[in-house]
Amino acid sequence: MQKPNKIKAFFLEIGELTYFTKRFFKELFNKPFEFNELLKQCYNIGNRSLLLVGVTGFIIGLVITLQTRPTLEEFGAESWMPSMVSISIIREIGPVIIALTFAGRIASGIGAELGSMRVTEQIDAMEVSGTNPFKFLVVTRVLASTLMLPILVILGDTIALYGSYIIENLKGDVSFLLYFNKVFDALAFGDLIPATIKTFFFGFAIGLVGCFKGYYCEKGTVGVGLAANSAVVFSSMLLFIIDFVAVFITDIFFEI
Amino acid sequence: MNEPLNISDTTINLSTRTPILEIKNLKKSFGNKAVLNGFNLKLFEGENLVIMGKSGAGKSVMVKCLVGLMLPDSGSITVMGQDINALNRMDLDKLRTEIGFLFQGSALYDSMTVRENLEFPLRRHKHKFGNITDTEPLVLEALKSVGLENTIDLMPSELSGGMQRRVALARALILKPKIILYDEPTSGLDPITSKEIIELMRRVQQQYKTSSLIITHDVDCARVVSERMILLVDGVNYAEGTFEALKASTDKNVKAFFK
Ligand SMILES: Nc1ncnc2c1ncn2[C@@H]1O[C@H](COP(=O)(O)OP(=O)(O)OP(=O)(O)O)[C@@H](O)[C@H]1O
Ligand SMILES: [Mg+2]
Repeated sequence: MQKPNKIKAFFLEIGELTYFTKRFFKELFNKPFEFNELLKQCYNIGNRSLLLVGVTGFIIGLVITLQTRPTLEEFGAESWMPSMVSISIIREIGPVIIALTFAGRIASGIGAELGSMRVTEQIDAMEVSGTNPFKFLVVTRVLASTLMLPILVILGDTIALYGSYIIENLKGDVSFLLYFNKVFDALAFGDLIPATIKTFFFGFAIGLVGCFKGYYCEKGTVGVGLAANSAVVFSSMLLFIIDFVAVFITDIFFEI
Repeated sequence: MNEPLNISDTTINLSTRTPILEIKNLKKSFGNKAVLNGFNLKLFEGENLVIMGKSGAGKSVMVKCLVGLMLPDSGSITVMGQDINALNRMDLDKLRTEIGFLFQGSALYDSMTVRENLEFPLRRHKHKFGNITDTEPLVLEALKSVGLENTIDLMPSELSGGMQRRVALARALILKPKIILYDEPTSGLDPITSKEIIELMRRVQQQYKTSSLIITHDVDCARVVSERMILLVDGVNYAEGTFEALKASTDKNVKAFFK
């Protein structure tokens, strides 16, 4: 009996998440709009993940360059380094890895925060204080995470390219100008636009799952931990699904 | 179900007062577990009514139905002449400004300072206060009535449990409600702090002239604050009467509360 129950629970969860998403879009266009709270959440979310994204991006750049360089050197193709590294970072590695670290930080943060607010009746207290908690807490956080992740990814990508340049500069004596000239030669809008569009979806999924898990948190401190934990697991899984779909669609439209 | 055990009492004459809040035949179940099973209650103007019941008896569920936080399965709830479940969101919000709610665990917003916690209902109930700019006097007045003016710029996590409960009471009072719902005002507090809170509740009652519904399983609290009591057993109002009358009862379910 164990297995069917788990499958049933999984589909129930998908159903509830769909309903939650529907409610999000319904409340999104209802007045009043919580603009101040949105700004505050954007600041919070950006501020909390800035350092993490910076460090992650830098290390991605270093590691990719260090690891691919010997292979290209064998073929005497070091001059291809900037184009190769930039395409792999901008198209895939940057968005996915940064989104994953973002999920670890933000989805769990939102899950735990809303979860503890639910358990300690703060959400109920908001409701009786003339506030729609769904608009005030959920809509603002989902929007903030949707808007902030693309910015963070662009930032992280830039830092990653800079990291890669440092290695190239040390090992291959490539100047800053030459390196970034090559990078921008290699990159086309067909790389940048779809990659940026998908980060909006990543951000949306991360915010939504974090809020969903927190908002319907089970009573007790165990529930809060569980909400934070499953928010990360669920949103990371969703990221890969979205990524797959995005790459599939990009492949059709941009014929890379 | 069966009629509540009416423990006769001559000191209170109910017929001359008007109910400000009335629950009729309230039913609520979760899954197939019936929590409330036809609960009735009348709260009269200016009265202190204590509801006692065991843990898990459905007391919190009952008060949450009262302010529209939970939807009952059936039954009617009338607050100041209005049927809670027939109101739209706007009118419900208006009615909620007349009801102060002290939550079981204080429920202070832990990302906000004490000042912001108290300002929150003032700023959010726009239809009552408009775009209020100078909240300071109201915040200070509410904090003063619980004796905590000096905590105004602290975070809730910097306060002790008893202080948090008092700030939560100040937050419930700031809208000057006509009715206050206390969900276990003394739970989780030591006996001395509990006494302070009980004393505070009595002062607030006199100062603000509110009607109060006090949910508790603390016999001391019930003895001090109650004018009338209702015992909630098996989802119904099992017995009603004054503290003394109930205490003198010989019914075994009633006696269990006073051991
Ligand atoms: N949202 C919910 N979903 C499912 N069951 C619930 C929910 N809320 C309450 N219950 C159940 O309803 C019953 C009554 O809960 P309630 O919180 O009203 O108890 P209580 O009388 O306030 O007890 P306590 O003194 O411990 O606060 C409990 O058995 C609880 O498990
Ligand atoms: Mg309770």
